[in-house]
Amino acid sequence: MSLAPPLLAVEGLTKSYGGVHAVRGVSFSLRAGEILALIGPNGAGKSTCFDMLNGQNKPDSGHVRLLGEDTTGRKPREIWRMGVGRTFQITATFATMTVRENVQVALVSHGKQLFNLWGSAPNFDRGEAGRLLELVGMGGYADRPCGELAYGDLKRLELAVALANQPKLLLMDEPTAGMAPRERVDLMRLTAQIAREKSIGVLFTEHDMDVVFEHADRIIVLNRGTLIAEGSPAEVRGNPQVQAVYLGEGLLYEAGHREGASA
Amino acid sequence: MQHQPGPPMAFYVVQFLTGLASAASLFLVASGLSIIFGVTRIVNFAHGAFYMIGAYIAFTLTERLSGTFGFWGGIVIAALAVAVIGVIVEMVLLRRIYHAPELFQLLATFGLTLMVEDLVVLIWGPDDLVGRRAPGFKGAIDFFGQNIPSYDLFLIVLSPVVLGILWLLFQRTRWGVLVRAATQDRDMVAALGVNQKWLFTSVFAVGVFLAALGGALQIPRDAVHHAMDLRIIVEVFVVVVIGGLGSIIGAFVAAVLVSELNAFGILIFPKISIILVFLVMAAVLIVRPWGLFGRPEAPARKTPGLTVNPWRPLTSNERLAALATLVIAATLPLFAGNYALTVGSEIAISVIFAVSLHFLMSVGGLASFGHAAYFGLGAYGVAFLAKMAGLPMIVCLLLGPLLGCMGAAVFGFFAVQLSGVYFAMLTLAFAQIVWSIAFQWVSVTGGDNGILGVWPASWAASPSHFYWLSLGIAALVTIALRAMVFSPFGYALRATRDSVLRSEAVGINAKRIQWTAFVIAGTTAGIGGALFAYLKGSVFPDNLGISLSVDALVMVLLGGVETVSGAVIGAIVYKALNIWLVSQTDLSKLVLGGFIVLIVVVFPKGIVGMLEMLAQRRRKASPPGSPLLAKPIESAE
Repeated sequence: MSLAPPLLAVEGLTKSYGGVHAVRGVSFSLRAGEILALIGPNGAGKSTCFDMLNGQNKPDSGHVRLLGEDTTGRKPREIWRMGVGRTFQITATFATMTVRENVQVALVSHGKQLFNLWGSAPNFDRGEAGRLLELVGMGGYADRPCGELAYGDLKRLELAVALANQPKLLLMDEPTAGMAPRERVDLMRLTAQIAREKSIGVLFTEHDMDVVFEHADRIIVLNRGTLIAEGSPAEVRGNPQVQAVYLGEGLLYEAGHREGASA
Repeated sequence: MQHQPGPPMAFYVVQFLTGLASAASLFLVASGLSIIFGVTRIVNFAHGAFYMIGAYIAFTLTERLSGTFGFWGGIVIAALAVAVIGVIVEMVLLRRIYHAPELFQLLATFGLTLMVEDLVVLIWGPDDLVGRRAPGFKGAIDFFGQNIPSYDLFLIVLSPVVLGILWLLFQRTRWGVLVRAATQDRDMVAALGVNQKWLFTSVFAVGVFLAALGGALQIPRDAVHHAMDLRIIVEVFVVVVIGGLGSIIGAFVAAVLVSELNAFGILIFPKISIILVFLVMAAVLIVRPWGLFGRPEAPARKTPGLTVNPWRPLTSNERLAALATLVIAATLPLFAGNYALTVGSEIAISVIFAVSLHFLMSVGGLASFGHAAYFGLGAYGVAFLAKMAGLPMIVCLLLGPLLGCMGAAVFGFFAVQLSGVYFAMLTLAFAQIVWSIAFQWVSVTGGDNGILGVWPASWAASPSHFYWLSLGIAALVTIALRAMVFSPFGYALRATRDSVLRSEAVGINAKRIQWTAFVIAGTTAGIGGALFAYLKGSVFPDNLGISLSVDALVMVLLGGVETVSGAVIGAIVYKALNIWLVSQTDLSKLVLGGFIVLIVVVFPKGIVGMLEMLAQRRRKASPPGSPLLAKPIESAE
């Protein structure tokens, strides 16, 4: 187990803008099937860190390795080809296409048929598209124009699209932002279930501590660009440094009390 | 601009100064365009028209008013008068379309340009008008044996002065602060309680004033004529693409750069001086796609366009109906005369042209304002092969469009680096460059005289045979492009149109997909052009001119931009109307321009879009299983 390279290994990731160190020497790793939460207050460097993993941004130094292969500085589309699916903080979908067509685009790309001029796209991998939509509970919406969907459904669609290339790793940037509390729980449960079944590693950033503590196997905490804590939810919650960072927001207290009361 | 005796150094200095003087008008117009774009996000195609009206009004005033004061007063009054016209246009037309898609804004202001071209001829006549020389700047200054007109020196000084005044206006006045704020975030400025309407109107007035001043100041240098609007607007587009849209200093630097390139380009490539400007523009675009002084635009907040009707392939009944229509169309030679058949062939060729642009514009979201370049290249391709190589018609028809394909491959590569209004401006500039080459390179293209005697082979020579040939190719092209819309490639292309971010995140190389679409569209347009060359028996620079590019845009728009086959209907209706209109009136541009403005303002979905909407409404009005009830249940799921 320890000899195989981890699914994702991040070593000494560093990025600065002018004199500001957005991210400084961040290292962590992620195993297959593990759900890892990246948290930290606003401006901690979560988004910068995230963008360097998915190819949106290039690090000044440090490395990102996916199953031992160096992906540092590669383009988002190249990283996707290596088996990384992603969802966006603000959903990005193909608004004028139907829900099924959205998934089919990803399937076409996965099947390397992007320059196929004569095939029939409406029938392209229709069964697989249907299965993916069923998986995220969107089976009944396949023929709806994507532009008509409610926000929570768009998030679920993004998840289906992200799963289309049978990813080994899912990167989810604030997957539950802008959703109602009920929908948040549903979406994260679904994600966790799929990840465990298919042994997909999940890295997500999140502001909602209830979501983080309920679903993450492990948590890493960023503050001012450096990693200040890493461990199980219980360990992170008990970490005085993390508490100090979060005290102003009061979220940890609340989460801790609730859990304590129910135990 | 021939070599003259005298020290070569002095000659180059004079050439340099001439370039600087030409930059003045260019800078005034470009800065006006940039200021307007910065705040309203409208690329005002009519800016060239305001420039032209400025020149015409100034001509009249300077002829009527005498003396030094009369001349300079006339110039300023002309610019002010045009600014007032601009205010009226802004209040009546633009306020209605600030929230419309970019394409509609460009088209509406282009419609205005067309109207102005005819109005100007109506008022001032078609002949070139040579104006007065500026009092106090009539002579020339001797520079080591070379003459420099003193008016040129005045213009050279003027541009930096205007630049300084604009800088003071934007940095030192309350109005300027508001304009700069609105350029950054106009919603925020509105939220702060600034009256946006009047801010927009005043900005538009200032921009138009600058354009008109640029036109008025040209009188002593150049004749006033009714085609000067398009010439300046294309140069201005090149300037703002190089300098960066929205940047005044960028407009200044790029205006100087472009003018100098023109001044020296004539010495290096006397026949095709425009090449130099193109090379520089291409280089800038590769290094800095947003221009030398521009900033990358944040991706626009995505509006899903006018409708979100999903596209679907035709049902088998609809296929039968389309086939039946085609069969009926094929019976035309049984009862129609030769003239009707020639018109029919021309309409069929228009369909090819329109569906090719539709593929790029509606499917790919890339509104090309210079699509005629590839149509015309196809026509020239045929002409070269037929006249110079003497190849048979069938070979020419197959190989001729390859010239369109190659043109699209080269220009498309650069064009797809940009999107939105930049893409529109760049494609227009490319088309204009191709036009200039066809016009200037007389030894190869015959220049204005074109290439004559491109006649079809005997098997296709009769009007009915040629009609069947055109109809058959139009049908094949339409079917092929429609099949492509529903091919995996078509899905990928639509994906890049809807969201480049998401496309890249599912492994799609968006630019390569768009480039491929550009080449497909260009080649298809080239097929249309190839047929057109045989239909007319000749090829002229007009076959790749701006007005033809706009014809294609209007055909797509009229049919419905957001439909799958609107372009076919749009092409048939528009071309038939156009041929009829030209035979009925001398003011076809005025009518056409008014027509474009009208479609954009009251009829933006086009014919097919309207029909689809009506059909949908009927379906909703008489529900078989009451979807009104079904809806709440669905959404509660």
